[in-house]
Amino acid sequence: MAVTAKQAASPDEPYAVLDDTGQLLAGAKEPAIPAEDLKRLYRGLLLVRIMDDRMLRLQRQGRLGFYMTSTGEEATHFGGAYPLTADDWVFPSYREPGAAFWRGYTLKEFICQLFGNSEDLVKGRQMPVHHACRRINYVSISSPVGTQIPQAVGAGWAAKISKKSDVALVYFGEGATSTGQFHVGMNFAGVYKAPTIFFCRNNGWAISTSRDRQTAAKTFAAKAIGYGMPGIRVDGNDLLAIINVMTTAVQRARDGEGPTMIEAVTYRRGGHSSSDDPSVYRDPNEPKKWEPRDPITRFKGYLEAKGLWTEAWDQQQREEINSDITEALRAAEAAPPPEASTLFDDVFVDLPWHLREQKQLLLDEIAAAGGVRKLSAH
Amino acid sequence: MPVMNIIQAVNDALRIEMRRDARVVVLGEDVGKFGGVFRATSGLFEEFGPDRVIDTPLAEAGIIGSAVGMALYGLRPVPEIQFADFIYPAYDQIVNELAKFRYRSGGQYPAPVVIRTPYGGGIRGGHYHSQSPEAYFVHTPGLKVVIPSNPYDAKGLLLSAMRGEDPVIFMEPKRVYRAARGEVPEGDYTVPLGQAKVVREGSSITVLAYGAMLHTVVEAVGKAAEQGIDAEVIDLRTLLPLDIETVLASVRKTGRVCIVHEAPRTCGYGAELAALIAEKALTHLEAPIERVAGFDTPFPYTLENEYLPSPERVVASMRRAVEFQ
Repeated sequence: MAVTAKQAASPDEPYAVLDDTGQLLAGAKEPAIPAEDLKRLYRGLLLVRIMDDRMLRLQRQGRLGFYMTSTGEEATHFGGAYPLTADDWVFPSYREPGAAFWRGYTLKEFICQLFGNSEDLVKGRQMPVHHACRRINYVSISSPVGTQIPQAVGAGWAAKISKKSDVALVYFGEGATSTGQFHVGMNFAGVYKAPTIFFCRNNGWAISTSRDRQTAAKTFAAKAIGYGMPGIRVDGNDLLAIINVMTTAVQRARDGEGPTMIEAVTYRRGGHSSSDDPSVYRDPNEPKKWEPRDPITRFKGYLEAKGLWTEAWDQQQREEINSDITEALRAAEAAPPPEASTLFDDVFVDLPWHLREQKQLLLDEIAAAGGVRKLSAH
Repeated sequence: MPVMNIIQAVNDALRIEMRRDARVVVLGEDVGKFGGVFRATSGLFEEFGPDRVIDTPLAEAGIIGSAVGMALYGLRPVPEIQFADFIYPAYDQIVNELAKFRYRSGGQYPAPVVIRTPYGGGIRGGHYHSQSPEAYFVHTPGLKVVIPSNPYDAKGLLLSAMRGEDPVIFMEPKRVYRAARGEVPEGDYTVPLGQAKVVREGSSITVLAYGAMLHTVVEAVGKAAEQGIDAEVIDLRTLLPLDIETVLASVRKTGRVCIVHEAPRTCGYGAELAALIAEKALTHLEAPIERVAGFDTPFPYTLENEYLPSPERVVASMRRAVEFQ
């Protein structure tokens, strides 16, 4: 990877390709991406931004129980996902929906998961934003932080054992680097050269805990050294820079050279979740400082310079996205909740006697109420 | 028919399944070149190589966490936790992850991992080489829990577990790892999960046990027979799903029950058994249900024989139940 003079002068400076206006930095190498893909990537960034805005409003209106936004971090979703193939695996945390969209998750699937209805792929079993979609190798999300890290190592390792060239990408926030799961995952991957890419979204905040309360190390990428793998710091708001470092990491993994840790330096402009109130613990001016570095604006500048972006095209994308979301939302709101009896499915592959008994108990209870069932409030 | 001990039977099951199914991998601490601290994986490294018999770094959460990922990808991992006492660092991966993957993904991601772990006291191992933590796992929806007492069942149950689609905690009674010997057929056979076995038929009392305690119970029942107590002994073999029908059929016949396990008494597996029997066969009971269990203390070193249920303690318990008017 070509580095700029600034990066050459300071190894801790995040690797970047674009400046804040989206112009190529002197000496930077832009990835070779077909024009169609560049435009699709831009549309993806917009989709996540618009979806977040609308779903958060839906939550505020009381039509949705809970939501988590990614505002300002969208480039990490697409930069991570773009260099992967369909056979590769993604072990997400809860703030990378763009990676799922890029791999083919539909808007309706996304919104049905938020509602936990009968068309939700996870059958209403999890809180909103805990997606899972096997069709796109997007593994089920867990709330306890960091547990997906050793699992992603296992999946990458399994590919290697099976003599396949698939790689596993695992996303986590900088808070997760404080967990034992991070340590064991990095350590196992280092020792066995698992083709796993550790993607740390360092967005500065783990709910109310700032990054300097997670580590005394100067950077998160520095932790990679202790596990015998490269650690790369990248500008997390620079889609092209992320694609470059990811491409290198994926190639290394496929070539049998083992894992890479990527620290994407970004910023969580919104709250941790719809239940959070950042004004209690951080300076409200802090998010504003990151607005000029917005990943979408920067990428827009790049596209515009290439003649791939116009105001009219942008407007058209936004309108299409909004109408697609409206349509998906309508379909999702029309879908009924899951059947009560499905509560007992998938605990095991078959239903053992004790679950059959408990299922009957619930069905009898519903029958006794005249077939009417009281739903839990959302 | 060859005579084997439990270690040899487990080893035989692993070898058979690894030959039959290339997706099966064994991983854990010291399981490779060394063949495991109890030798359960002996010879597998030589036959199947380092990709399928894996010496992992020393971290149980990493062993189970990576086994979960391997299973999601399509392998059939059989991790070993060296002692059940060391399973707690992996507790989150087992209870929150492994057990819930199929359910929380809406059935999209089953995680068929079989965790083998030696458990139980009586080997002068003190607190950290003697525990019997089965109740934690029975209490976790999504896990099957299997505990054989003899070589024949160990091999047949392990083969069943490895061919199933659900995660299994397979607990091996290390006190009788070598002492329990018996005829084991060569080659392939299975013992289905969820089926208990009536080890001895009798009419005066039903004694329920599993794993190493089955041997204590058999000894106790022999002594009790000399005192005129004709006990029916059931080896549960699978704790979840429980073979409730075999248990209830016996209780309906004898009207008296003694439950024996070495795990602490409070909220131990015996509590669930007692509740189920009370719910489903109360009118057949002629005496309070007896429980003989480990004491509610940490597992001791010097006083382990005082701690563990002894044949004498089981006989005394049986007598209380049988003599109850």
